[in-house]
Amino acid sequence: MTDLPDSTRAPVVTPEPTQLSRWKTAWDSDIAYSFRRSPVAMIAALVTLLLILSAVFAPLIATTNPFDPASLNLMNGFSPPGEPNAFTGETFIMGTDDQGRDVFSTILYGMRISLFVGFMAVVFAMVLGVTLGLIAGYIGGWIDSLIMRVADIQLTFPSILVALLIFGIARGIIPIEHRDQMAIWVLIIAIGLSDWVQFARVVRGATLVEKNKEYVQAARLIGRKPGSIMLRHILPNVLSPVLVIATISLALAIIAEATLSFLGVGAPPTQPSLGTLIRIGQDFLFSGEWWILFFPAVTLLALALSVNLLGDWLRDALNPRLR
Amino acid sequence: MAEIILERAPATLELAFVSGFLALSVGIALGVFTAIRRNGWAANFIMSASLIGVSLPTFLIGILLIYVFGVQLRWLPTFGRGDVVDLGWWTTGFLTESGLKSLILPSITLGLFQMTLIMRLVRSEMLEVLRQDYIRFARARGLSAKAVNFRHALKNTMIPVITVTGLQLGAIIAFAIITETVFQWPGVGLLFINAVQFVDIPVMAAYLMLISVMFVLINLIVDILYVWVDPRLRIDGRHA
Repeated sequence: MTDLPDSTRAPVVTPEPTQLSRWKTAWDSDIAYSFRRSPVAMIAALVTLLLILSAVFAPLIATTNPFDPASLNLMNGFSPPGEPNAFTGETFIMGTDDQGRDVFSTILYGMRISLFVGFMAVVFAMVLGVTLGLIAGYIGGWIDSLIMRVADIQLTFPSILVALLIFGIARGIIPIEHRDQMAIWVLIIAIGLSDWVQFARVVRGATLVEKNKEYVQAARLIGRKPGSIMLRHILPNVLSPVLVIATISLALAIIAEATLSFLGVGAPPTQPSLGTLIRIGQDFLFSGEWWILFFPAVTLLALALSVNLLGDWLRDALNPRLR
Repeated sequence: MAEIILERAPATLELAFVSGFLALSVGIALGVFTAIRRNGWAANFIMSASLIGVSLPTFLIGILLIYVFGVQLRWLPTFGRGDVVDLGWWTTGFLTESGLKSLILPSITLGLFQMTLIMRLVRSEMLEVLRQDYIRFARARGLSAKAVNFRHALKNTMIPVITVTGLQLGAIIAFAIITETVFQWPGVGLLFINAVQFVDIPVMAAYLMLISVMFVLINLIVDILYVWVDPRLRIDGRHA
């Protein structure tokens, strides 16, 4: 280093605390900017967050525990929303079902199951799809052909049908006394397995592009193992489309779970999800007790719609062509 | 086994056919409309409504329709196929009034999702095509807007639409499971759901066979349609 006169030396910059600067980078990033410019995305995010939080803190928010038989009063059955019950005088904001269960509380607990299954299914699909996509794209050859042909075959079948089939087969394998306990996990695996193809295809495509870039060649030159190249070098660079698909998949998975539960092959009545609640509510629609169906249905719609809108926005925000 | 399935297949096929037709005709019409009047309020309204249509699960649409038209207005039957005419190997609901009436709600339920999908696809393809030079040239030649939009533009949006529609027809048959459950429609989907609930493997396998045959058939028809729509494929089809 050469000795420079004092005047030309760069002034000493005191670095900002890292916490603050990280906030600032996040705030100034393209995504945050487009988020602040999009009222739809903000509302969708708000609704999603609100619903997720109320599901997480369900035991604190819910007025009753709908699965504790001791807290139920059969006399409260069929209370219309917002009106005092004819026998007990109690008021429920969303009414009660035939057994006097508070609909508001069942929705909160139902949303827990719906969101749990949705999240786990997407995580499962993502891990499976990304792993297979990376392997197919990076290693190539017959492994690539095999994985992608399986993906093609599965893609010709609608995912709900695949999920139904997996569910049916799993029911056949699991002994009858464990069925209700395992139902949630079977549901997660069924929805996850029906959904991995999207991830695998996108990751494979991106990996094919990335693997010929110089940094991958450099990593190979210094003797990195294929596994670590895939995980530590390629994976971070193919993640942004995965994020978009994961968000949209979450909406699809929530709907798929609700659909399966509605068909009576999903969450068991002991652990009702939003779909199960809608199925139960449908029985009372004809006799005029509309609230048992209406509120779970609106919750499901709000959840699916806001996650969908978030996914749409994220896709546009991360797509460099649309900037 | 084949007997049970074949006995119930006409119900599902009629439902799928009607809703497929509905989805395709209304979907293309709305897609063209929203592409031409891109900034009109009606087009914007349809586009926003379609987003809700995508997020609305099929069974909720069905329940909503049942509630409005069946329970409140009492215009249309809410379950079953109505009276059917037996043609020996095929039972049809097309020939009786109650049969036709029973078809309306289930086919709208089944077709709505596909309709929004086709509409959005036609719209984006149309917007792409309308930007191209030959459309500008056709306008410059003084052709009427109708001729430009339908003879020149729409024709060129058809290839991807046919591809997706072919795949979606398969989806219609699968989604028929949900619609049939909601409306108690006596088709193969309802049979399949019961089979899943009671772990009836032979029925599940037979249903799968039927679906696979349908998918192969649909894909064959799609391939034939390609050649029919796109003359380029006819000339060097041997190399393709």
